[in-house]
Amino acid sequence: FAVISCQDKGDPNYQYMPDMYESVGYETYGEYDVFENGQEAKLPVEGTVARGWMPYEYQNNTMDAQEAKVKLTNPMLYTEDNYNNGKQLYTIYCAVCHGDKGDGKGILVEREKILGVPSYDDAGRAITEGSVYHVMYYGLNNMGSYASQTTIEERWQIAHYVMSLKDKLEGKPE
Amino acid sequence: MKKVNFRHSTSRQLLLSVAFLFSFTLFSFSQEGAAQDAPAQEQASAQSDDAGGAELGDPAAGKELFNSLCAACHKPYSESIGPALNGVTDRHDKEWIQTWISNSAAMVASGDPEAVEVYEEYNQTAMPAFPQLTESDVDNILAYVEQPKPEPQAAVAGAGGEAGGSGASGGVSVNVILGILVFVLAILLVVLFLVNKTLRNFASASGIALPEKPKRKPIWQSFVENQFLMVVSAVVVLLTVGYFAYGWMMQVGVDKGYQPIQPIHYSHRIHAGDNEIECKYCHSSARTSKHSGIPSLNVCMNCHKSISEVAPETATEEYSKEFYDKEIAKLYDAAGWDPATRTFSGDQKPVKWVRIHNLPDFAYFNHSQHVSVAGIQCQKCHGPIEEMEIVYQNAPLTMGWCINCHRETNIKIEGNEYYEKIHEELSKKYGVEELTAAQMGGLECGKCHY
Repeated sequence: FAVISCQDKGDPNYQYMPDMYESVGYETYGEYDVFENGQEAKLPVEGTVARGWMPYEYQNNTMDAQEAKVKLTNPMLYTEDNYNNGKQLYTIYCAVCHGDKGDGKGILVEREKILGVPSYDDAGRAITEGSVYHVMYYGLNNMGSYASQTTIEERWQIAHYVMSLKDKLEGKPE
Repeated sequence: MKKVNFRHSTSRQLLLSVAFLFSFTLFSFSQEGAAQDAPAQEQASAQSDDAGGAELGDPAAGKELFNSLCAACHKPYSESIGPALNGVTDRHDKEWIQTWISNSAAMVASGDPEAVEVYEEYNQTAMPAFPQLTESDVDNILAYVEQPKPEPQAAVAGAGGEAGGSGASGGVSVNVILGILVFVLAILLVVLFLVNKTLRNFASASGIALPEKPKRKPIWQSFVENQFLMVVSAVVVLLTVGYFAYGWMMQVGVDKGYQPIQPIHYSHRIHAGDNEIECKYCHSSARTSKHSGIPSLNVCMNCHKSISEVAPETATEEYSKEFYDKEIAKLYDAAGWDPATRTFSGDQKPVKWVRIHNLPDFAYFNHSQHVSVAGIQCQKCHGPIEEMEIVYQNAPLTMGWCINCHRETNIKIEGNEYYEKIHEELSKKYGVEELTAAQMGGLECGKCHY
């Protein structure tokens, strides 16, 4: 029918009386002239706090990173649910570089797309729960921030799983 | 009669001789192609062998160490977060390097002038300590980074190009063979036509009358006179018109196969297919939100901070490496990232992606309850995304398509407390163990259209 219908794959098909096809309200990701830059998505005012969310109090600098590494601890309980969730999220967001075992041999490293991913048992880095969370929040050097893709709880669940991977790599019992 | 025989034999002779002539040239051509292949390959393999000589340690072991520990911040031949390491043994002596690697922060703190200078030059970014590296490890790494920069760009590309060229000549020769065959056929037709013409001339010259066909009643006239055939064909015509008219009306407003041109040539084939990046890595809101959003540019920059060009083996016949590199440059432009200085300029231009999958505004669809709760595979609705170089709409997204799936799909009950009681009661009511979405009320108007 493609031949008869005069429909071109580069353009959307024609419609018959599209009464309520186009949205009257503003749609997510939409482009509208009323907004600056045309973007429907606007940034919230700085310093505001939404319900169910708390700002992260450490800053993105070397000193605060050290402090977070020592002082910050995981508020989530070490339950099976948290562990499994952490594992799932780890497989989505982290394993692609850090590898399923956390030894820095993810598929991107194996294919030599991204290099220099250390293993979690790297002695010079000596990661802790706090430092894992801090790095996930801000990123470090070549690693980007994952704060936009995960929530506070999800990041702590991932931190759980990362620490368990580190223990496994170091041969410690759980 | 004799003349007829004669005619056959001439044409056959002509055909045979022409075919023989061309088959001979063909053979000689294909042999030439094969002979060209061999030296090009040898050249290419020889090129890859003679890269680097080592005095310091084992560069192969060093490469492994370098890739796992150092490459996050250093590149051998260009500046990254840290300085380029090639030539570092000329700039500093080996003992200094050894102490620096095992604990650079302490060295800066102690006020070693060389150390402070390096620290200040690279934006006061502290290098992590590597106490686990022994002296021989450092030697191996140094051996790796001190290898002279290989010159693959010109030399190997030349050899590769040659090999590719001769490989392609295999493809070309097929085309040439086809062309020659067509040519031969054309010549044969011309020859036969000419022979026929001359023979006819002979015939008329020697006074032989060629038999002529008697005139018949035109076929359409006999067709019109046959009433049965007319009725049957009228029915067939009506049915065909009805079929196509219905088919045409049923595709109005269906965008299956819609494949617009995006502002940046983003390839799902490379990202999701070759590199096996999990779908939800970029489309993370599919887990939690109604919208499975288009990733913002910070997600792109997570990886593309360190990947500024594609590997040569990623390029395909259709899209060259230069083409892909230019697309990555477009990303940098949009995100305001300067790969040379490794800084963000803050001048951002949002990318105007073209949305392909559109539902009318009066239908409510929620990604998270299909992805997280029901555990439906992305490919079931969006097709083999990981094989798409450019994304197209795979499913029609019509209401019939939605309803069909709701009738066939069972609800994922296990591990979901919400369903415990409902399942118990409903399965008693319908007398079944497994419940489809339709039985749960997934066909009610208000569920999707309010």
